[in-house]
Amino acid sequence: MEYIFSLEFIYLIASMTYILGLKMLGKPESARRGNLIAAAGMTMAIFGTIFLYQGEVPTFIYILIGTAILIGTIIGWVIAKKVAMTKMPELVSLFNGMGGASAALIGLIEFEHYTGDQLSTATIVAGIIIGSISFSGSMIAWAKLNGTLNKPLRLPKYNILNNLVIISLFVFAGFIAWSGTESQLLVYVLFFAALAYGILFVLPIGGADMPVVISLLNSFTGLAAALGGFLYGNMVMLTGGILVGSAGTILTFAMCNAMNRSLVSVIFGSFGSADTPAGDTDSQTITGSIKKTTVSDVAILMNYSQRVIIVPGYGLAVAQAQHAIHELEQLLESKGVSVKYAIHPVAGRMPGHMNVLLAETNVDYDKLVEMEDVNPEFSNTDVVFVVGANDVVNPAAHNNPASPIYGMPILDVENAKSIIINKRSMNPGYAGIENELFYNQKSSMLFGDAKGVIQALISELKGM
Amino acid sequence: MNELIEFISNNMQMIYIVVLMIFVGVEIIGHVPAVLHTPLMSGANAIHGVVIIGAILVLLGVNPENYLGQALGFVAVLLGTLNVVGGFVVTDRMLEMFKKKK
Repeated sequence: MEYIFSLEFIYLIASMTYILGLKMLGKPESARRGNLIAAAGMTMAIFGTIFLYQGEVPTFIYILIGTAILIGTIIGWVIAKKVAMTKMPELVSLFNGMGGASAALIGLIEFEHYTGDQLSTATIVAGIIIGSISFSGSMIAWAKLNGTLNKPLRLPKYNILNNLVIISLFVFAGFIAWSGTESQLLVYVLFFAALAYGILFVLPIGGADMPVVISLLNSFTGLAAALGGFLYGNMVMLTGGILVGSAGTILTFAMCNAMNRSLVSVIFGSFGSADTPAGDTDSQTITGSIKKTTVSDVAILMNYSQRVIIVPGYGLAVAQAQHAIHELEQLLESKGVSVKYAIHPVAGRMPGHMNVLLAETNVDYDKLVEMEDVNPEFSNTDVVFVVGANDVVNPAAHNNPASPIYGMPILDVENAKSIIINKRSMNPGYAGIENELFYNQKSSMLFGDAKGVIQALISELKGM
Repeated sequence: MNELIEFISNNMQMIYIVVLMIFVGVEIIGHVPAVLHTPLMSGANAIHGVVIIGAILVLLGVNPENYLGQALGFVAVLLGTLNVVGGFVVTDRMLEMFKKKK
């Protein structure tokens, strides 16, 4: 009795650390401590579960658990420490997938112990479905962000097909739970069918929407963990899982809002969908020519400006130019030019990703201005320097109802006196859409690798 | 119908927790600046690693003769650990950069 009491008590404290941790993660000053508190709670819950377990357990099982935790800790730690900051989104997706797979495996093993009990079986099959979808979906999202799979792949009539698959999946799961079958084979079939659905589900979704998908799958995994908690009557799994499930859902909607897209259109696809090949129609409507400029011209322009706003995009991160841009900013500031960064909510590959990347280089927190606050400032800005961003400054979002990004809030850079756009080439952005900003009279293109161009700018400016 | 009522009354405590935690989750995210969305998602990602508790319970309760169960349980604990450790370490690494400058 006392053992059970103390374990429940540990679970209660652990649940509190999750809530407190997530709460503290919401403020820059306390975020790091919040994460550590939740981690401490998790460690307590894990060790409590192992050492306060009631029942006869053979020693080799303990060895098995210990080995699994040891290997997992070493691998997880090394991956998390080694991977570059630009790769963060895919890493979150990868770890999310691991959790989903874990939840699905639990269901697979536990199924035989609960045959005949309809509610428990229903919980188990639901856990298997959600966990598997989360796993295979996260792996596809990971591959997409990695660049391994960079085009949305669509089977003919994929929407109808996917819906049929998910409906039959649930019907099949319902049959397993209701019939009280003891067949392991059926459960494995369900497991693989759910894995296949996860792939079908994420494959047609464009790379630009991956953050939303990862966030959604994140809350799926939370739900799968909560289902496990329900099965065992385990409170800490229940609280942790539901907390992440609900917080993740809200986060998903927040991301969709930032892109002015509904979750439905993300999932069922309207970005360059098969019926409206967006790239083609757009390129026909844009007329005019682009203007090229040189590093020395841009350096002179910036040197004699009063206000410069930098619009960083994922291209900046890919080129590893965060440090260079920070140096440019400091150099300009020392010359009396006011410099700010305009951060679009979905700049980078995840909301806040760009902030993380720039914070890594010690850019002053106050210089990172969010979209709503910076948009009115463009009209009295001399130079806007767009580095590796594309869709977030595409005016088509305002004035081309045919464009797939129509309605998305963007940075109104066209109000500035002059616009310098650094790109590697004229390739369209991540969403695969032409950008008429490049053809704007005020725009000049500065082609080249972001890092090289910025470093050239720095040396040019130093000479002035 | 009777089964449903019975189910609800038997699990009232858990239903309470589920409902309250949903509200807590909504409230917590409602006040977070967009800047911290990525670390927050990563932190939440680590927390659902709590699924590892389930994986440990499976292994602790598995029949010593059930080798398939042990193998799958081993993998489940391993993957759960990856989720927990990787999740928290990555989040910490992101947040390390947010430290205040004097």
